[in-house]
Amino acid sequence: MRRDVSGWGRFPRIEAEVARPRDEASLRDLLGRGPVIARGNGRSYGDSAAQPKGTVDMRGFARMLEFDATTGVLTAEAGVILGDVIAAFLPRGWFPPVTPGTKFVTLGGMIAADVHGKNHRRDGSFGRHLAWVDVMGPDGTVTRAAPGDELFAMTVGGMGLTGVILRCAVRLMPVTTGWIRQEMHVTPDLDAAMQVFEAAQSQYAVAWFDCLGRGASLGRSLVMLGDHAAVADLPAARQARPFEVPLRRRKSVPLDVPGGALNRHTIRAFNAVYHAANARKAGASLVDWDRYFYPLDAVQDWNRIYGRKGFAQYQVVLPLASARAGLAALLDTIAKAGQGSFLAVLKRLGPQDSRLSFPMEGYTLALDFPARASALALLDRLDRITLDHGGRYYLAKDARVSAETLHRADPRVPDFRAARVAQNMAGFASAQSERLGL
Amino acid sequence: MSRQVTLLGARSDIALACAHEFAAAGDLVTLAARRAETLTADARDIELRHGGTVTLREFDALAPDHAEFVAGADLPDVVICAVGLLGDQTSDERDAAAASAVFRTNFEGPALALAAYANAMEARGSGVIVGISSVAGDRGRATNYIYGSAKAGFTAYLSGLRNRLAKTGVHVVTVKPGFVATQMTEHLDLPDKLTAQPAEIGRAVKTAVERRKDVIYVRGVWRLIMGIIRAIPERVFKKLSI
Ligand SMILES: Cc1cc2nc3c(=O)[nH]c(=O)nc-3n(C[C@H](O)[C@H](O)[C@H](O)COP(=O)(O)OP(=O)(O)OC[C@H]3O[C@@H](n4cnc5c(N)ncnc54)[C@H](O)[C@@H]3O)c2cc1C
Ligand SMILES: NC(=O)c1ccc[n+]([C@@H]2O[C@H](COP(=O)([O-])OP(=O)(O)OC[C@H]3O[C@@H](n4cnc5c(N)ncnc54)[C@H](OP(=O)(O)O)[C@@H]3O)[C@@H](O)[C@H]2O)c1
Repeated sequence: MRRDVSGWGRFPRIEAEVARPRDEASLRDLLGRGPVIARGNGRSYGDSAAQPKGTVDMRGFARMLEFDATTGVLTAEAGVILGDVIAAFLPRGWFPPVTPGTKFVTLGGMIAADVHGKNHRRDGSFGRHLAWVDVMGPDGTVTRAAPGDELFAMTVGGMGLTGVILRCAVRLMPVTTGWIRQEMHVTPDLDAAMQVFEAAQSQYAVAWFDCLGRGASLGRSLVMLGDHAAVADLPAARQARPFEVPLRRRKSVPLDVPGGALNRHTIRAFNAVYHAANARKAGASLVDWDRYFYPLDAVQDWNRIYGRKGFAQYQVVLPLASARAGLAALLDTIAKAGQGSFLAVLKRLGPQDSRLSFPMEGYTLALDFPARASALALLDRLDRITLDHGGRYYLAKDARVSAETLHRADPRVPDFRAARVAQNMAGFASAQSERLGL
Repeated sequence: MSRQVTLLGARSDIALACAHEFAAAGDLVTLAARRAETLTADARDIELRHGGTVTLREFDALAPDHAEFVAGADLPDVVICAVGLLGDQTSDERDAAAASAVFRTNFEGPALALAAYANAMEARGSGVIVGISSVAGDRGRATNYIYGSAKAGFTAYLSGLRNRLAKTGVHVVTVKPGFVATQMTEHLDLPDKLTAQPAEIGRAVKTAVERRKDVIYVRGVWRLIMGIIRAIPERVFKKLSI
């Protein structure tokens, strides 16, 4: 059926032929007739999961297949939602080894984007925790690929461009409670924030940035370190039921907020309030898993606050050596333009060797911009800074970078493209891969 | 206390959503369907997510003898019938065999299957019977009256059954979904605001069973919509295309 599809940013919107197969036979029928791309839960921001001629909604493959309670290995179909994995296995003492900032993603989407969490430096990306993936190739045959295999290396982080992921086996991580011991550092500037990251011993670390601060407050931020709490860390009243956490009421954004509501004044005010509120909580506290990992999931459809035109996220990683200078230049340019969002997130990534995955050792900055001409022009200026500092783009967030910029930023792109052609995988193509010559 | 819940026509997205909902509450679920073995992975999925053991049973709503099927296992506390067939109105208007299949699958089969459960539950003096009918049965329209009239028959049947069993401890719930995003409606372009996800039906059915509701609409707005559609005088209605 023809439908309008878009990513979480609701920009761009693409009219696409969408099919929702439920079994391998009907999926196989969709292949070989023209370009197709798999789609998970549409939580990538731009056009990664859309193909006008054939978008394959994989949410019809959403069954958990097996669980080994001694090793924590979960075998499941690619359309299973991460939040359902947590709901089923956290009460039994298991948590995803890597999680993005929303639990409304599919396992297939997590593999294809090789997602990273706040623990990348310590635990690597999602792909590191996979035992194998089953991939349906261009001719409809299904291959089980494991670490060490070429198909595995290309599929993890391959943005759906190597085939359709059907199933996977992922090692969950043992935990003893549903709580995180959080330590909040309020830092005055970028240098101080980076010092906290470099010194951190915790499993998790993330910083929230005020990108509208200027001069002395440039880089004013909250750095949140975290570790899974042990039962003994919980208040006595919670120790008997360590996986139980207070219910969260989901709020929703019922209508598109008119385009102008989210301007620099509201963002600046929001940032100041957020910063002041959190500064009071500086120090140690216990936070439940849902509020810690998924603060935004409480507001259903929060992507509507950017209005009908949608928004674009800019996420790049800068290598360690040039991160300080590059981040300062990016933040300064954004602050001068007065266009930043309240969602500016900084994370420290560890080393990673991969075919197309995003992470490399350094710092990654992510922030949202309304999809209007002035902001998009600013992003073009940011591209120059990113290129000058050896930065790389996160395809799962991208909706607008040019092929030329991507190829200059990421020398792996031509090799990946060539390997795809050599292995007859070019029939898997998204609007994004066509835009970028991937 | 965990309940035993049997789903008839269990491959349906709505039935599976109900199965998850009850299993999540600790109930023991039986999935009854044609080619039941093809539901093995779904049964395992329910077990992995919610614990408990799921039973599979071979079931054809058009089989001649449902009493035998009912007697073939422990009588459940709750039986939910999701069997249905949308058909293709335009071609079914000229294809008696196809139209008959729609009539029988939406009315005769479900009614006779639930009749067998009703008799056994009446003898026991307890139980809940849930029939998934449809708002399409609230008024016949040119675009879907073959399906709609069969659902109207099923709705009337459930109403009568509820009336008969009211004094016996057996309760009957009529569920009238509006649009639901399932396999049945995959090829249709449904309006987002009026279209429920199967999980919403699952939650609504479980609540209706627990609160002993008689007739529910999901989403609730359909009660209003169908109230308006039913109120239009026939001489006006017959000229409308809705
Ligand atoms: C609020 C928010 C916070 C986020 N935080 C993070 C974060 O911290 N870290 C991070 O790494 N990411 C983050 N993301 C991005 C998100 O994790 C990825 O975009 C992820 O891929 C989304 O999964 P999905 O199931 O929605 O996939 P989709 O968006 O539907 O698809 C994403 C890509 O995966 C491919 N794909 C999906 N399913 C399959 C399949 N079965 N077979 C083959 N290819 C498939 C698609 O072709 C596409 O290229 C965040 C997103 C949001 C909205
Ligand atoms: N989707 C909607 O918008 C909507 C709206 C209102 C009401 N409903 C009703 O909701 C119920 C569930 O439908 P659904 O949307 O989930 O669609 P569905 O997936 O098509 O479910 C219908 C089910 O009925 C089963 N069935 C048909 N004939 C049968 C028979 N003779 N014996 C046993 N099972 C039989 C089918 O099983 P097989 O796989 O074996 O064919 C199928 O699993 C139906 O009664 C439908 O009319 C649906």
